[in-house]
Amino acid sequence: MPEPSELFSRSWDVLVAGGGNAALCAAIEAAWSGASVLVVEAAPKFYRGGNTRHTRNLRCAHDEANEVLTGPYPEEELWEDLLRVTGGETDEELARFTIARSKELWDYMNAQGVRFQPSIGGTLSLGRTNAFFLGGGRAMLNALYRRAGRLGVKVVYDAPLTGLEIEDGVFRSATVAHGGRDYRVKAKAFVGAAGGFEANIEWLKEAWGPEAENFLIRGTAYNRGAVLRLLLDAGVKSIGDPRQCHAVAIDARAPKFDGGISTRLDCVVFGIVVNRDGERFYDEGEDFWPKRYAIWGRLVAAQPDQIAYAIIDSRSIDRFMPSIFPPIEAGSLEELAAKLQLDAARLRATIETFNGAVKPGSFDPAALDDCRTEGLSPEKTHWARTISEPPYYAYPLRPGITFTYLGVRVDRNARMIMEGSAPSPNMFAAGEIMAGNVLGKGYLAGIGMTIGAVFGRVAGREAGQHARN
Amino acid sequence: MHATEDLAEADRLMRICNACRYCEGLCAVFPAMEKRRSFAQGDLNYLANLCHQCGACYFDCQYAPPHEFAVNVPKTLSKVRSGSYGLYAWPRALAPLFERNGLAIALVAAFSVAAFIFGFAAWTDAGVLFSAHHGEGAFYRIMPHAAMAWLFGAAFLYAVVALVMGFRAFWADIGAGGTRPQGLSVWQAIRDAGRLRYLDGGGVGCMNEDEQPTDMRRHYHHATFYGFLACFASTLTATFFHYAFGWEAPYSWYSLPVVLGTLGGIGLVVGPLGLMRAKKTRDKTMTDTSRFGMDVAFLAMLFAIGATGLLLLFLRATPLMGTLLAVHLGFVFGFFLTMPYGKFVHGLYRFGALVRYAMEERQGYPVPAPKRRAA
Ligand SMILES: Cc1cc2nc3c(=O)[nH]c(=O)nc-3n(C[C@H](O)[C@H](O)[C@H](O)COP(=O)(O)OP(=O)(O)OC[C@H]3O[C@@H](n4cnc5c(N)ncnc54)[C@H](O)[C@@H]3O)c2cc1C
Ligand code: SF4
Ligand code: SF4
Repeated sequence: MPEPSELFSRSWDVLVAGGGNAALCAAIEAAWSGASVLVVEAAPKFYRGGNTRHTRNLRCAHDEANEVLTGPYPEEELWEDLLRVTGGETDEELARFTIARSKELWDYMNAQGVRFQPSIGGTLSLGRTNAFFLGGGRAMLNALYRRAGRLGVKVVYDAPLTGLEIEDGVFRSATVAHGGRDYRVKAKAFVGAAGGFEANIEWLKEAWGPEAENFLIRGTAYNRGAVLRLLLDAGVKSIGDPRQCHAVAIDARAPKFDGGISTRLDCVVFGIVVNRDGERFYDEGEDFWPKRYAIWGRLVAAQPDQIAYAIIDSRSIDRFMPSIFPPIEAGSLEELAAKLQLDAARLRATIETFNGAVKPGSFDPAALDDCRTEGLSPEKTHWARTISEPPYYAYPLRPGITFTYLGVRVDRNARMIMEGSAPSPNMFAAGEIMAGNVLGKGYLAGIGMTIGAVFGRVAGREAGQHARN
Repeated sequence: MHATEDLAEADRLMRICNACRYCEGLCAVFPAMEKRRSFAQGDLNYLANLCHQCGACYFDCQYAPPHEFAVNVPKTLSKVRSGSYGLYAWPRALAPLFERNGLAIALVAAFSVAAFIFGFAAWTDAGVLFSAHHGEGAFYRIMPHAAMAWLFGAAFLYAVVALVMGFRAFWADIGAGGTRPQGLSVWQAIRDAGRLRYLDGGGVGCMNEDEQPTDMRRHYHHATFYGFLACFASTLTATFFHYAFGWEAPYSWYSLPVVLGTLGGIGLVVGPLGLMRAKKTRDKTMTDTSRFGMDVAFLAMLFAIGATGLLLLFLRATPLMGTLLAVHLGFVFGFFLTMPYGKFVHGLYRFGALVRYAMEERQGYPVPAPKRRAA
């Protein structure tokens, strides 16, 4: 591999900023079409591929079952799912385009050497709609990097893009920082695939206020939104609510960045959740957890100090996926309050009031059962059982940020749209940096990878074509 | 809580993995882990012996070092695995042999070879020992067949007893005591072990120098394992020829024992050499280098048996035959003695773990204890 400084001095057909799914799909496609491609990745090699490292699956429409996907998932059904979660905040043309192209992803990923996990006996709960990467997102990325390497794509790690030279919507060159120096890198086309700004706490604070200081970032520390910011400042049209982000409730003991999937907690529906003042604040049993975990991020964010505690008793401890951190265990409510540094009298009062309001019912975690409270504010509408069988267990919760929605506007050729609505001739975007075009709100498991791969491929192909003409 | 740091570390990792589960399609370890919520020593020893050390879950892990979770499953499980061997040693007093295993095995082998050389020199007339012999019974002019059969039969029997006792201890430790291996599960385990199903990282091959998977270790392991089996079969057929038909070794080049022995010998030369090379070039971050001696001693022993066996075959009509026979028999004898106290046991316990896994898959976890027949 040539020295980075030598690579930076060459003139490239396509420069790709980012190192995740979207960036690699673009790089592979551009190189496949014969273009010379340089990828600059802000992270060191181990952390390459931002949030893609943490992913599990991708969603794709398909007309029939195959070795992995357990049944057909028609385009129309995916469209309806998307419409439902976004509440209509989606560009129909781009969304339908994404869905139509998602059908090719299965074969495409296989051809790149990505492997999928068979759903033995339908054990994976999204086995029909989502294809699960064998070994997870990092395994998938490793395959894409191997493929890109074989196609001659050059990658420089520890190389954040820090500046863009754009004239009238035309990309000229980029500034890349590496080894304490700045390099000016020239290319005929540019693909921005550098993710969102979820790891940029300052930026999050602009939207959320000082509370954002207490947020945990589930993914990479390198998605600081520098490329997004540069593009918006250079006059690329924006899309998506700048004040929104996908926030779930995760274990408060998770690391500040990169805790990933293993910090999730699935115990909320089995108990109650109290805030720092020992008060309940929302219906813990409103719906199945997979349908509710994304609102709990916001709920916890709205509590004092952005912290809450899920409390269950010994009857529920084995009912959910084991957690990475051990529960905080206590033989009495007073002991538990002491361990959580909560006011013991308050906590006892909350739990006793709750227990008193629980109506008899037949407990069934697999259904929206009839175990509920009566006369509480807020009520717990399902799975309500008294918290009365010691030992008691608690898990602390904090908001965990998955991704942000703000992005750059693109057309179906992945071309960035400039203010004034003209598409840029040589600037393309793919992945989270433009996902807001399709997913303006909410979340549909696996759609992030789909958008990244579909638009990554288009961006790569278009950029390669532009460079060769 | 746990007896060793390695067990404590494995417990920590299994908790992380059990909350993550991204690797569940790679091998048997993760599905077995998912059936449990907490990990006692026996569970960890079971999982560790189930692991084939393919390395896939290290390169696929988003929490591998330098991530602060520092998840390194292959390395940790390999430490637990080698630590487990001593636990099951029979008699227990010999467990320390696993501590400095390379040295122990080298000493036994050296003594054994030396004993045969001196023994031959003492009991056999020098003229007989250093001259060329031809035809049936040539070997037995140097060492009488009955002596050979008794000596090796006894050593082998001892090894079998010690291995069976070790296996029983393993079976009880992994929580399977009280359950009996079942036919279908044993057959499944034979197929899985025979193909090294779980050495392929879920289908891509195992990780060696870097994240580029290859399948070389599997090929070399096959050469070693099937070479070993062929040599064993060669000995059995020869013994059968001897007692059933009264045909005495050496046999002709195209006889069954010699063909099996030759193929086996080639396997035992090529396989261990390849494995040794793979061991040297393999990325050390995912392997447990502290047990290097044990691994090398085992490979060297197999190589020595294979190489001296082949030499004996090629040079059996020359005056070197006597010396080579002594050296070859010395290595084989030393191998028999050390089988229960060296890396050989890895195959036994891994096989046991595979049987256990097949039972859990078939019957659920915990595996129900067999019903006692009413008296
Ligand atoms: C814990 C977790 C689990 C998830 N699970 C799933 C899932 O199962 N399925 C799914 O579809 N989605 C999932 N997502 C969402 C998914 O990760 C994203 O939608 C997807 O990774 C976006 O891909 P991308 O290539 O656009 O961005 P990323 O994969 O985040 O890549 C962005 C890249 O840009 C680099 N970068 C940032 N700034 C710069 C710069 N200035 N210069 C150069 N490079 C830069 C980063 O280092 C990074 O490599 C999950 C997210 C998280 C956090
Ligand atoms: S090895 Fe890493 S990626 Fe695999 S299951 Fe364990 S924690 Fe998850
Ligand atoms: S090293 Fe291979 S066999 Fe061992 S646990 Fe990891 S994936 Fe499974």
